[in-house]
Parts: sequence; C-alpha cells; structure tokens
Amino acid sequence: MIVDLQHVKLTYQAPDGEVDAISDISFGIEEGEFVSLVGPSGCGKSTLLSTIAGLEPPSAGTISIDHEAVTAPSAKIGYMPQKDQLFPWRTIWANVTLGLEIQHQNTGERQAHAHELLERYGLAEFIQKTPAQLSGGMRQRCALIRTLATDPKILLLDEPFSALDYQTRLSVSADIYTIIRQEHKTALLVTHDISESISLSDRVVVLTHRPSRVKNIHTLDDLKDVPPLQRRDHPAFRTHFNEIWKELDAHA
Amino acid sequence: MPDLTPSLQRQAYLRHQKRVKGAVIGLRLGILFLLFASWELAARLGVIDAFIVSSPSRMLSTFLNLWRSGDLFLHVGTSVMETVTGFLLGTFVGTVIAILLWWSEFLSRVLDPYLVVLNSLPKTALGPVFIVWIGAGPASIIAMTLAISLIVTILDMHNGFLATDPEKIRLMRTLGASRRQILCKLVLPANFTTMINALKVNVGLSWVGVIMGEFLVSRAGLGYLIVYGSQVFKMDLVMTTVLILAAAAALMYQCILWLEKAMKKYMGVTV
Repeated sequence: MIVDLQHVKLTYQAPDGEVDAISDISFGIEEGEFVSLVGPSGCGKSTLLSTIAGLEPPSAGTISIDHEAVTAPSAKIGYMPQKDQLFPWRTIWANVTLGLEIQHQNTGERQAHAHELLERYGLAEFIQKTPAQLSGGMRQRCALIRTLATDPKILLLDEPFSALDYQTRLSVSADIYTIIRQEHKTALLVTHDISESISLSDRVVVLTHRPSRVKNIHTLDDLKDVPPLQRRDHPAFRTHFNEIWKELDAHA
Repeated sequence: MPDLTPSLQRQAYLRHQKRVKGAVIGLRLGILFLLFASWELAARLGVIDAFIVSSPSRMLSTFLNLWRSGDLFLHVGTSVMETVTGFLLGTFVGTVIAILLWWSEFLSRVLDPYLVVLNSLPKTALGPVFIVWIGAGPASIIAMTLAISLIVTILDMHNGFLATDPEKIRLMRTLGASRRQILCKLVLPANFTTMINALKVNVGLSWVGVIMGEFLVSRAGLGYLIVYGSQVFKMDLVMTTVLILAAAAALMYQCILWLEKAMKKYMGVTV
C-alpha cells in the first residue's frame, strides 16, 4: 500500500460548535492504482484530500504515504486543483516549473525532465506563451505537467475537470488518464461525477453523507484495460453506475 | 497575389471610426478654445472684471514672467518634488504595512479599530500638529501628504492581498511553499493591479496633501503661490497657478499610466 488511511477522523472547531466532517475512513491505494473518491456534495471529499496532502492534520487516525506518516506537505504528493490555477502573469514554462522553483529543485536535470514532459504531451511550442493564449484542455494538461514536474509518487486530483464543458471534459479526462498511466503514477481522484469515476479508475470508493464513512468500495476489474471513452459503452458500465447511484441516493 | 483590399463594409466601418475619433478630438479642442476665447472677450468687453477673474492674456503674461524670472521652476519643482516623495513613500510604506497585516491575521484584528478611526479622521486636522512637531518646512508637507494617502493605501492593499484566490494559495501550500514564497510568488504579483490603482489614487491624494500643506506653511510651491496671490489680491497669479497645477497633476497621472503600460509589457501579461 503506497497510500494507507487508518480510521481517519476529522472534526472542525468553529465558533458556533464542532463540525464532524469525517467520522471514520479507512482504505488503501496500491502503487500504480487509479482510485476515485465519490460522495454526495458536502461530504468532505475535498477536505479528505487536503488531509492526505498534509495541509491539515486528522483529528484521529493515521495517514501514511510510502510507509511514512503524513505531517506536512511533501514532495511525494502532487496536487491538481479544481480549474487549472495557472498564474496568468507567468509564461507556460514559468508555470510548469513553479513547483521546482518553490522546492529549490530548479536544476538542469529537473528542467530537462519538465521540458521532456511538455514535448511528449504536445506543449513544447507554447512554453513562451501565457495561459490566456491556450485552450481549456491545453491549460489542464499544463496543470498536470506542473504537478508531474516535481516527480511526485501520488497524484491527488481535486475535481480537476469540473470547470470544463462536457465535450472538453470527456477528451481532457481521457488525455489526463493516458498521461498518468504512461508516467506510471498512483492517482486519487475526487469527483461527484459517477460516470467520470467509472471511466477512469481501477477502484471507486463511495462515501456517505457528513460525517462521512466509506459506504462501499467497487473494484472495476471487468473494465480493466478498457480506455476511458470506450468504457462508457461497455455493458458493465451501466451496472456499476446504477450500483453507485443507489449508494449515493440521499434517502438511502 | 491575394486581394488585400478590405471589404466595402470594413472600409465603411473604418471610415466611421475615423470620423468619430476626429469629431471627439475636434470638439475637445473646440470647447477649450471657446472657453478661453469667451473668457478673454468677456474680460475685454468689461462684462466681467478681469481684476477679479483674470483673463487668458493676463494669465499668459503672468506665466511668461514666472518663466523668465525662473520662479516657475522653483515653485513647480518644489511641489512636484513634495508630491512625488509623498506618494512614493505613501505607496511603499502602505504596502509594507499591508504585508505585515496580511502576514499576521492577529495583528490585523488588533489594529482594525485604529485603522477605521484613522481612516475616518479628516487628515487635514493633523496639519497644525505636524507643523508644531516637525517644523515649518517641506518635511511637514510630506508628512501631511503621507497622512492623507497612507491609510487608504494600507486598506486597499490589505483587501487586495486578502482577496488572493484561496485555491491558488492551496496549490502553493501543496507544493510546499513557505509563507514568504506565497507572498513573493503569488500574493504580490497577483496584486499588481491593486498596486497600480493605489498609485493612481495616491497621486491625486498627494496633491491634496501638498497643496493643503503649502497653504499652511511654505516659502515655495504652487500652494504657496496661490495663497500668496490671494493675500495680495493678484488674481492673475492665482488663476495661472491653478492652471499650472491642473497641468502638472494631469501630467503626473499620465506618467502613472505609462508606468503601468511599461510594467505590463515587462511582465508580458495583462493581469
């Protein structure tokens, strides 16, 4: 298990009382696995991601990454936010190397790696352009390369496609899926889109309402080796969709 | 050879745009000319008393006298120097204090009521205080300018800093950024527009501070000329100085616009 969550609990202290966000969550992710986290809106999915990223400590339980307990943000984790969050005043190149700059890793070797990624994924000719000059899909790819440039072991994807229109979203998510697989990264995707979770992952973790627990974990073995866009036409897709749909039902 | 002549609609559109632009400039100059011409005419015909309201020709000769005697450069130079010092200092010190407030939310909560009171206080009331404390001279005038522009700068910059996209801050934190890195690589560049706007506001406020200060205490400067002129009833001098002041303030504002353009070009992006 490269990611291991054991009885993670998260309680906020707000002026008007305590808020239980997460009551008890345990699951693990194998190296190279793509796992999705789905749940009703406001169930604390993004909060859980922040906790795994080391931004806020859990109230109870343990999170370990690569057999080390998480206490602070580490270079082992790459976080991809909602929207691309590219800085408009920086060129594509300066955006992609932002992480290297912050971690004082802006060496020739690392830069060569970042450049190679840009080249491999068709962005090399845009390095001197600004984010505003790129399409939504290209910007998303840049955001992923910015995350990959620091060479993390785990990618945390926080609804990275939610700001895109449907058409772009399908192609961009397939795009991102391919890149993550090619680079042999482990990924944890948070989403509220059931179809998206089934079309991209090896396993889907379904969370309950707040305070959230793990309701069920679906292993999508029958969809293994089927690319994202084809999965949507696969007979097993509907079955998984309906099961997850029922589990997410507010009245269940 | 491809046909490069624009379509007829395009030509008509461009002609129309050109005509509108010409009309705007023509009317602007026309209004200015008409204003001065009727002023001059009314003064010559005795409709208005040129001794009280002056006239363009009297102002021109006053201006030329100021120019020849070299007094013009002394007074304009003094006021411009005080204004520039005041607004650079106000913007700089204001930004530094805003950074401290952003850095420590606790400090910002502690100081909040003080900022509110200082912001609502009419700063001109402090003028006599500065004169007693600092002495009658340019230092008091610059202090006056600072008092007027500083608090607004602090509040505007601090609000701008606080409005930095929390998702971008989150991204920086996951990359392991320190608070200083978040400040230098995200918060400051993201607030470039806020800073330019503060500069623009401060140019205007600094002129208020300088003229106000020069009214109270000075031996040179445009404010001094206005007060001196009105006391000895040389309205020609007063009106000429007001016009010079208008030109100087407008020119300085234009400089900020140029600076903004140059900075944006340097940064390569419109933020």
